[in-house]
Order: sequence, then structure tokens, then C-alpha cells
Amino acid sequence: MTLDNAPLTKKDLKSDQDVRWCPGCGDYAILNSVQGIMAGLGIPRHQMLFVSGIGCSSRFPYYMNTYGLHSIHGRAPAFATGIKTANPELSVWMVTGDGDGLSIGGNHFAHILRRNVDVKILLFNNEVYGLTKGQFSPTSPQGMKTKTSPMGSVERPMNPVSFALGCGASFVARTIDTHQKHMEQTLLAAAHHKGAALVEIYQNCVIFNDGFIEGVAEKSVRDEKTIDLRPGEPLVFGKARDKGLKMAGWEPAIVEAAQADTWKADHASPGPAFAMAQLQNQAGMPRPIGIFRSVAAPLFDQGMNEQVQKSIAKKGRGSLKDLVYSGEMWTVG
Amino acid sequence: MSTTRASNAELPLQQYENIVIRFAGDSGDGMQITGNQFTHTAAVIGNDLATFPDFPAEIRAPAGTVPGVSGFQVRFSSSDIHTPGDQPDVLVAMNPAALAINVKDLKTGGIVIVNTGQFGERDLAKAGLASNPLTDGSLKAFRVIEIDINQRVKEALTGSPLTPKEVQRCKNFYTLGLMYWLYNRPLENTIKWLGEKFASKPDLRDANTKALQAGFNAGDIQELFQGRFEVAPCASMPKGTYRNIMGNEALAMGLVAGAELAGVPLFCGSYPITPASGILEQLASYKNYGVLTFQAEDEIAAICAAIGASYTGHLGMTSTSGPGMALKSEAMGLAVSLELPLVIVDVQRGGPSTGLPTKTEQADLLQAIFGRNSEAPIPVLACSMPSDAFDCAIEAVRIAVQYMTPVILLSDGYIANGSEPWRLPKIEDLPRFPAKFLTKVPEGGFMPYARDDKRARPWVKPGTPELEHRIGGIEKSHLTGNINYDPLNHEFMVRMRNDKVMGVRDTIPTPKPKGPDSGDLLVLGWGSTAGSIASAVEVVQARGRKVAAMHLRHVWPLPKGLDAIFARYRAILVPEMNLGQMARILRSEYGGVNFVSYPKVQGQPFFTAELVTKIEELLETKR
Ligand SMILES: Cc1ncc(C[n+]2csc(CCOP(=O)(O)OP(=O)(O)O)c2C)c(N)n1
Ligand code: SF4
Ligand SMILES: [Mg+2]
Repeated sequence: MTLDNAPLTKKDLKSDQDVRWCPGCGDYAILNSVQGIMAGLGIPRHQMLFVSGIGCSSRFPYYMNTYGLHSIHGRAPAFATGIKTANPELSVWMVTGDGDGLSIGGNHFAHILRRNVDVKILLFNNEVYGLTKGQFSPTSPQGMKTKTSPMGSVERPMNPVSFALGCGASFVARTIDTHQKHMEQTLLAAAHHKGAALVEIYQNCVIFNDGFIEGVAEKSVRDEKTIDLRPGEPLVFGKARDKGLKMAGWEPAIVEAAQADTWKADHASPGPAFAMAQLQNQAGMPRPIGIFRSVAAPLFDQGMNEQVQKSIAKKGRGSLKDLVYSGEMWTVG
Repeated sequence: MSTTRASNAELPLQQYENIVIRFAGDSGDGMQITGNQFTHTAAVIGNDLATFPDFPAEIRAPAGTVPGVSGFQVRFSSSDIHTPGDQPDVLVAMNPAALAINVKDLKTGGIVIVNTGQFGERDLAKAGLASNPLTDGSLKAFRVIEIDINQRVKEALTGSPLTPKEVQRCKNFYTLGLMYWLYNRPLENTIKWLGEKFASKPDLRDANTKALQAGFNAGDIQELFQGRFEVAPCASMPKGTYRNIMGNEALAMGLVAGAELAGVPLFCGSYPITPASGILEQLASYKNYGVLTFQAEDEIAAICAAIGASYTGHLGMTSTSGPGMALKSEAMGLAVSLELPLVIVDVQRGGPSTGLPTKTEQADLLQAIFGRNSEAPIPVLACSMPSDAFDCAIEAVRIAVQYMTPVILLSDGYIANGSEPWRLPKIEDLPRFPAKFLTKVPEGGFMPYARDDKRARPWVKPGTPELEHRIGGIEKSHLTGNINYDPLNHEFMVRMRNDKVMGVRDTIPTPKPKGPDSGDLLVLGWGSTAGSIASAVEVVQARGRKVAAMHLRHVWPLPKGLDAIFARYRAILVPEMNLGQMARILRSEYGGVNFVSYPKVQGQPFFTAELVTKIEELLETKR
């Protein structure tokens, strides 16, 4: 990637379009943080490209003064894969929602992670379909009452982090829209990861699911109710940072801070990350945020282009003549 | 069997203008290879030819059963031909099932070569036959040549290191050798091919070569036939360098050539589906032409990735068949709205749903032209012959790049797997249409939806400084491309996109009727009916009838000047392999013209004879 001489500011990354999210929507804070960290990446604006699907969250590219593609519902991973493979020089970012990425686009979402296409993926999880006005989504909790589930949703929710780990994702993280500092450091880590990097962002929908994550994310309870997974640092949490997590047999258990295990995001197995992702289903356990997994893996886009280069090196760059005048030929006359 | 020697020279060599052979056997019998080898040799000798493989949808249905029969028809000729022929002169039947389902197509008096080694009671039962056709008199109308190929191959390969099962797999080359003898063909080509194919398996190479020679010698030393036949090289083939080409191959090559002629790299996003998979496979072998092939997780991802690649300045393309087209339609609408170049190849097969995956049909025409939500116009082209797929693919790329639009290219199972000799074009004669990328801010500022004289918007590669812009599926403002929900702007943009696509007519030629300039009947075809129509019209013209044939390559928009042509004929016959979809379009576009629809939806191309009958019938009623 070429470095521009003049460093970018956050303002340089704001497009001239009016932002049309509802006042108070968590999407604003995410946009602000993304513009903030991207300005500091040393990547010129014209090398940045944002791709999205459909949903409130997927309007994101219109607000970035970079290249952008607002595509169709659920398919952003496929567009991103085509873009990054065709031009690996670009810094490609994908924005999706819990409905866009996990219901209609679940298939593509799995495959971009599995292939490890070098794309940064921001999944705005508001546990609801925002743009279509409040139906339950694949991440909505069981029992959630919406217009399409007046007696409460019967479905069991899916956990985006567990799903991504199951797909073999090389980078999986989680953050919260209202926790700017944490969001920015998580986004930065994703930006610097080589490969598909998924960041699940809890995002408040003030209209259709207001406060759904307040129980763990609200500032006054956050330190008690969440635990930040920082590679190389002990697994401690609590306002006084007095509690910790330790693997006891196959399960993490709450222990005193001094006995906490040190978090590692690059275990050979995704098992520990998976155990962390499932913590939220156990009463009394903190909700993990931060970096679940970060491992090196071969890049799809690079592999595809290397094959082209290898083939050219071996056979020589084919010409039109080589193409047409091939196979078993004969002449008449 | 008699072992009396009869040398080559003693047997009469009868000359034929053209011959149609059908090789038929179990899917595992290697009939496609046999047919292809016979074809290659005929091509190299200089015959004109056309082939028609016909294989089952199942890879290996139970051996010996009717659903497991695989066939390959080849017609080779000393004169110009357009189709693989209606009825075989010769049928090679490797088992009872192959005989049972193919013999009804054979010409009366035709030759059936039967492998009696596969005609035991169990074989007959597997084929569902109550009696043995070899003894029950049902083959009276034909000349039956019985030969125990199983046994002959076994004898020919005594001492071979192969297992008995492997030895039996050489049966097809024995059969091929026999046919080479019968039609006085050289063995060299196939021997060379075996050498290359089995370079790392010398035992297989030697055994198959030996089987081939044994089959050839059997013709010589055993009185199986009363004589040999010869089909001279085709003298009317225009001068030039030729190769044999299959439709899918030609189409893939045309896409690579098209991208090269536009000066942009090719990106193929595709998902395997019969009969289109060959295009993805072929393109995957063209990496040294800078081609990127992405086997996506489904047809939707395939087209979406291709659109993404087009956004970056590649020529994105995707290949599929009917069911895949259905999945791609939402993304095609996006491509219409984004106004990016894209080629969508639909190799049509029998439908609806899974339908007849390995059989041919032309019933996706209306889907291609109209099958999207809202007003989403896309130019549509259709290939007529295997070699024409090359030119059509180049033309599809030209339109896509010059008009910044998705283009649909229709092929079908008949073209995809059929083959014919292709006179290779001179490279300098190929059209050139270099893509023009906008690389800096033009005077007056950058407008992503400004338009040129073809109403095409600028193509900008992401990565270009100062031209950052956002595109998407929401309606856009004229010029700026910003989101716009204004009613009048919407109608303006709907009309603009439509006018742009209809404007393609300015750069396509008006087709010309072949035959009389006016008269009783014009037979109008599109897609793969071209060969059958040309053959049938030639037959009727030779009988002194005022009938012309015309072919449409551009099926949407239709070329200019058709109304004037239609006005010169009393009726227009439109044969097509659907229930009359093109006829329906023509009726709505050209009121007052007498279009006669002639549909056939059997998973099979039109026979020349049935078209001749239909044409003559129409001429009679016209009198
Ligand atoms: C093919 C298709 N089906 C349905 C829709 C309607 N639709 C638009 S957005 C959406 C759900 C979006 O939910 P989510 O991804 O969670 O995004 P949010 O609005 O919550 O950010 C749906 C169902 C559509 N645009 N396209
Ligand atoms: S509906 Fe919800 S998610 Fe959508 S913009 Fe409004 S607050 Fe944000
Ligand atoms: Mg949502």
C-alpha cells in the first residue's frame, strides 16, 4: 500500500452526504470511531473501500469519503471477495448487520471467514431488523416480542462469535458502540490483522430495541458485567479488577484476580476462544469483549493471485495468438 | 467366425458424401472418448463435421441399464454441413440397453455393430428386454454385424500386465479401431493422443494402443464387412487454419479474447452446474492469461463477486444454467443500477427446475430479457454454433464495456457439448474496443453518473486519487449518483437506463436473409436452431422454393431494419426449442407481420427433416 504524504484527518473521511440514521442510533458512534482510526492508518483515502449489504447499518459506505459499494441484502461478503481478489492493494472494509450477515447472508459470511479473504468485517449487532422496522433477527433472544413474534420469538439466538470461530475465522473480536476507547482499540487490532477480521459490535437501536445491551454495557455496570480479552494479559474483571477467570477442567471458573489465567488468542485450537464465547449463556459470568482469536493464516486473495503469477512464470503470459492457435490444428488450402 | 483372409485392397471402397455414426454404450464404456477421437481424426483428415454428445444426467447409473446409456453422434462430410444429422447411418451398440434405445433412430438399411460379448441373459434383463433383439427378428431392417468385443479384447491383450477388469476397459479403443478400418481412417492421431494422455501410465497406453490396432486389424482379417467406406475431405472448406472446437471451449476462449481486446483482466465468478461447468473449468486453465477464476459458494456469490471485480476495473463474468440464472436475478438488477460491465452466460438446459440437466432447450429467453424485478433492461445475445460462441463472447464483452452494462449471453446444451471445425480467425481481424478508464477529475468536476455519446457512465478504478465515489442499488441522481428518491428523477433514470440499452442497436448490424430477398417464407431462427434451419432451407431451396433463412444473434434489443425485411415475405416461420417465446416477442414488437411459431420442447434439437416437412406444409397452405 502506498503512503500518502499528507496525513488524513477524521474530517477528510466524512462524505458530503447527510447521515440519515435515527438520532441517538449507535451507528453514529461507530461511524465516528471508524473515521477516527482509519485516518491514522497511513492508508490513502483512495485505497479505502467500504462494501455493505442492506440494512440501517449497511448505509455506512455512503458516509465515508472513500470508494464504496452499497450492494444487496446479505451478499456483501461476495462483493468484498471479488473486490479484494481483483485488487489486493485496496484496504477493503465490510459493514453488515445481524440480519444481513447472519440470516440472508449467513452462507457468504461463513465462506469469507473460511477462505480468509483479507477484509475487515464490522457486524453491527442490534439484535433486531432495524430497516424493516423491528422484526426479530437471528441474534434476538428467545421470547423477544416483535410484530412478527407477538407471543415471543420461539427461536434460539445464534452467537456471531461462536459462528465465526466455527468457520475457522483467523480474527474474531467483539466491542460495544458506547465504549469508544475499547471500540477504537479493537478496530485498530482488526485493521492490522492480515486476513478476514470479524468485529462484532453491540449497537443500540433506539427505536426498535433500545437498551438491549444496557444490562452489561451501561457504563456503571460495564466493568462488573464484561471481561476484556486482551492477548498476553490476565483475564481479570470487576470494578476493582479483583476477579478473574481460570480454566477449571473444561470450563472457565471465576477466581481471585491473582489466580487468573493469562489470555491467549492464538491457541492452536479455537477451543478456549469458543469457551469464552459461550460464557454469556451461564448465569453470573461476565460477557467477554475484546479479542477472542487472532492467528496467522494464508490469505485467499494472495493465494489466488500467486497462482496467476506462477502460471505466467511457468507458461509465459498468454497472447491472443497463443489462445486461439492452440490444440490440434490443420490447414486447408 | 471365419478366418479367411481378405486383404485391404480386395475390398471395394465405396465413396459417401457424408456419414453419421452414433457410438452408444454404458456410461462407463468410454463412448464420449471414442466419439471425440473419431471426430479429431475426421477433422485432421479435412472432413467438415458436427457432433452431438448425449449423455445421462447420472454419472454412472447402474451398469447395463437404459438410464445409464451414453451416446455420441458424429457426422463427417465431404461437403458443407450444419448439423450432426437426423439419423445415424451406423450405430455402434456396446450393450443391449444401448441397442434398445438407439436403434429406433437408425436409418433403414443402416449398419448396427453389436458387441455380443455383452448380450447374455442378465444383460438383456438389465436392459429390460424380454427377448433378444439379435434373434427375435426386430433388427431385420438393418445390417447387423455381430462381434464379441469382450472376447476379442481379452485375446488381443493376453500377456498384458493389466487386470482383467482393466483389459475390458480397453473395449472402446478396439471398437474405435474397427471403425477406423471401416472408414479408412489413419490411427496415428489417436495413437499420439494415447501417448500423451497416458504418458505416466505406459501399461494403459500400450494396452489401449494394442486394442486400437487389434480392432483395425480385425476389419482387415475377418470378413465382418462386405466393403469399406470413404468420405473424402471437404473441398468447399474455405482456406485457413482449423481446429475442432466445442461450444463451451469456444465461449471461454471468446471471453478471454474479449477481455484482452478490451485491455482489462478477466474475472470469472461461477458455481458448477451442467451444462455450463465446462466454461469455469476451461477458464481455470487460462491463469497465464491473467484470468482469475473464483468457484463461489453459490450462484449468487458468483455473480456478486464478479460485479465486485468489475467495480475494480476487471471484466467480471459469471456462467451458469437456468436454475443459477434464477438465483442471480437480484444481483443482475444491481448491475443494471450500478452500470458496470458484466457478462452473464446462461447455457440453457431443459427445465423447469432441475428438468433435463443434460438436454438442450431455449426456454430461458424471456427470463433473460425480462426476468428481473422492475425495469431492468439488459442486452441479450445468443450463440448459434460451437464456433460462433467465440465471436458472440467477444461481442458480449464489447457491449458490456462500451455501454457500461451487464450483458446476457445465451448458449445451450446442444452448443455447449457439440463440436465442429473452426476456421481460426486472424488475430489482426479481431475487433478492438479498449476500455476507457477515467483517471483524473475532468473539467467541470467528477460526476459518477455523467454520460458519453452511448449514454455510458465513466468507469473508475478504486485506487484512483480524487475520484472516490459511492455506488449502490438505491436510485441515484442523474449525474452525481447520490441517493435520490425524487419521482421525476426516478422516471428519468428508468428511461435513461432503458434508452442506453436500446441504443445498443446503433452498433449492431441488421442481419441478412440467406436466399431470395422476398418471397413466400422467411425461416427466422435464433440461437442453436441455426444449423437445422440452414440445412432445412437448403433442402427446400434446392427443390425450387422461394424460401429464405435468417438468424438473429442479438435477441435484445432486436436489430434495426427487421420490419423492412419482414414486410418482404408472406410469412415468417419461427422454430424454437420452447413454446414460442421469440415468436411472442416478435408479435409484440412487429404488429401486422404473420409470424408462425414452430415450437419443439423435447430436450432435442430440430431435425432437418421435420423442419423441411413443416416448411413445405406451410408453403402448401400458402398456395
Ligand atoms: C432480498 C431482500 N429481502 C429483504 C429485504 C428487506 N430488508 C432490508 S434490511 C433487512 C434486515 C436488516 O437487518 P439487519 O441486517 O440486522 O440491519 P439493521 O437494519 O438492523 O442495521 C431486511 C429484511 C431486502 N432489502 N432484500
Ligand atoms: S432503526 Fe434503529 S438501527 Fe436503524 S437507524 Fe434507527 S436507531 Fe439505528
Ligand atoms: Mg440489526
